[in-house]
Amino acid sequence: MVPVGELFSSPDVDAARAFFGARPRTLTSKLMTVAEAVDRFIHDGDYLASGGFGGVRIATAALHEIVRRRRTHLGFAGHTATHDFQIMAAGRCFDRCDAAYIVGLELRGLSACARRYMESGEVRVTEWSNATLGWRFKAAAMGVPFLPARSLLGTGTFEKSAAKRIQCPFTGVPLAAVPALFPDVGIIHVHRADVYGNAQVDGISVADWDLARASKHLILTTERIVSTDEIRAEPAKTLVPYWLVDAVCHVPYGSFPGNMPYEYFSDEAHLAEWMEAGKTQATLDRFLDKYIHGTRDFAAYVELAGGEKRMAALREMEPLRRR
Amino acid sequence: MPQNNNRYNLMELMVTVAARQLEDGKTAVIGTGMPLAAAMLAQKTKAPNLITLFEAGSVAPQLVKLPLSVADSFTQTGALMHQSMNEIMEACQRGVVDYTFLGGAQIDGYGNLNSTFIGGTWRKPKVRLPGSGGANDLASLCWRTLVIIPHDLKHFVSKVDFVTTPGYLTGPGAREAAGLPPGTGPYRVISTLALMGFDPESKRMRVEALHPGVTRENVIAQTGFEMVFADPLPVSEEPADEELAILRNEIDPQRLIVGRN
Repeated sequence: MVPVGELFSSPDVDAARAFFGARPRTLTSKLMTVAEAVDRFIHDGDYLASGGFGGVRIATAALHEIVRRRRTHLGFAGHTATHDFQIMAAGRCFDRCDAAYIVGLELRGLSACARRYMESGEVRVTEWSNATLGWRFKAAAMGVPFLPARSLLGTGTFEKSAAKRIQCPFTGVPLAAVPALFPDVGIIHVHRADVYGNAQVDGISVADWDLARASKHLILTTERIVSTDEIRAEPAKTLVPYWLVDAVCHVPYGSFPGNMPYEYFSDEAHLAEWMEAGKTQATLDRFLDKYIHGTRDFAAYVELAGGEKRMAALREMEPLRRR
Repeated sequence: MPQNNNRYNLMELMVTVAARQLEDGKTAVIGTGMPLAAAMLAQKTKAPNLITLFEAGSVAPQLVKLPLSVADSFTQTGALMHQSMNEIMEACQRGVVDYTFLGGAQIDGYGNLNSTFIGGTWRKPKVRLPGSGGANDLASLCWRTLVIIPHDLKHFVSKVDFVTTPGYLTGPGAREAAGLPPGTGPYRVISTLALMGFDPESKRMRVEALHPGVTRENVIAQTGFEMVFADPLPVSEEPADEELAILRNEIDPQRLIVGRN
């Protein structure tokens, strides 16, 4: 069984070394607006990876801006992708997708608009799993062209992936070789960052440490801008050092309507509104016009979706919030 | 249908039966929905030291409320450690994780699961589903896989539209031949009609206990493949009042999972 899935990005580690070798590492402020960051670092046709976990600690503002600027023909890493996937599918921003988890929003059900887009035949898909797509970021982060894995084997998922069956040169056990994935651009939402891009996260990190290192360009959105001294005071919390980062955007409530652990819980009513709106193209268009195309930026969207009053209620609902 | 004087519904029965399959002092990676409700019930009854791991990175949390996502804050409360997804999956690959507990859209007689698409073709599916998520990895790498799934001809099919997640694949020896770690595979399937295991020789799904009021004929009529039955064939123990009270009052007071009677 030779897998037939398409490889949407090159695992060429020497090309990646050449790129990373030439990347500037100077200590400069990267503070800019989300609009500026998307303008400069996300272009039609780029391969995009979105951090967090679907509806938890996601860079919603960057995703909205990609839709607002009508970026198209992106590649997309559908890794634990739920609300982030729904936003990208609503904007029809990508036309190829590495799929580990897509279309669904876990307990909330399947997104109708994401389903419609994926069932249209317009999107090229390659299947993966959460671990193997995560290990693809990890291989890239390690600077090796692939990692061996013991899952996928024997299944339809393997057959429709771009993995290859290999034998361990030491023990002879069969393995699935999963190729390094270097996204053109990664977007990650964090709790705090300094203007240079030193960034910290509270709670689980999902795949973000690997994703940050694998990405050729990295856009951070952050709840708070802090001093470098504050970062240095608790270095074990640092997820990303500044030389991996291209843009730092200050976006309070940046994971809304997703959950931001220790800050605010997800807005289930607003997510339900998204689900409802996606049911037909007409209602989706009206919804996108209202919340994304009709708003200047993410702050305007938050205001329209309930503003400070709603955000305060979501803070109340957050079980990890420090009181 | 079970005769229970409306004391409990089928969801509550499934969660209760599922909870009793989990052992104290073992590790388990748990999916959202009914699997998680079952793990929480196990922790509050017979398995207080069942170690729950979440694929998004949370390790051994003290669960206070049913999470909506395997990553949300409610999976992280009182955790011993906040890790990454890769670290959780690597623990599974290393052989540290005893159980995983999954759902699915279709299951066949060897316990293979589909959560990728239903109908049409892979390139142009009638219904596109999420895909593997962590399921393929967890069912490949954890020692024992439990599945919780409604029992009807839509879910119990002779051939799944797509093998997203490996059961015993095409039968005895197939997992090993494919290269999956030896000694792993489906262990229990909990449905609305019965508790099932797998025949150790043929690797075919086998009914181990019928839920109260369910007959063999009911199971056969709702199964798309030839079902094996254990002999003798006991009846699943009904949910105890205490289990129902914990489930309704502590774990799922909003009845998101267990529904209303």
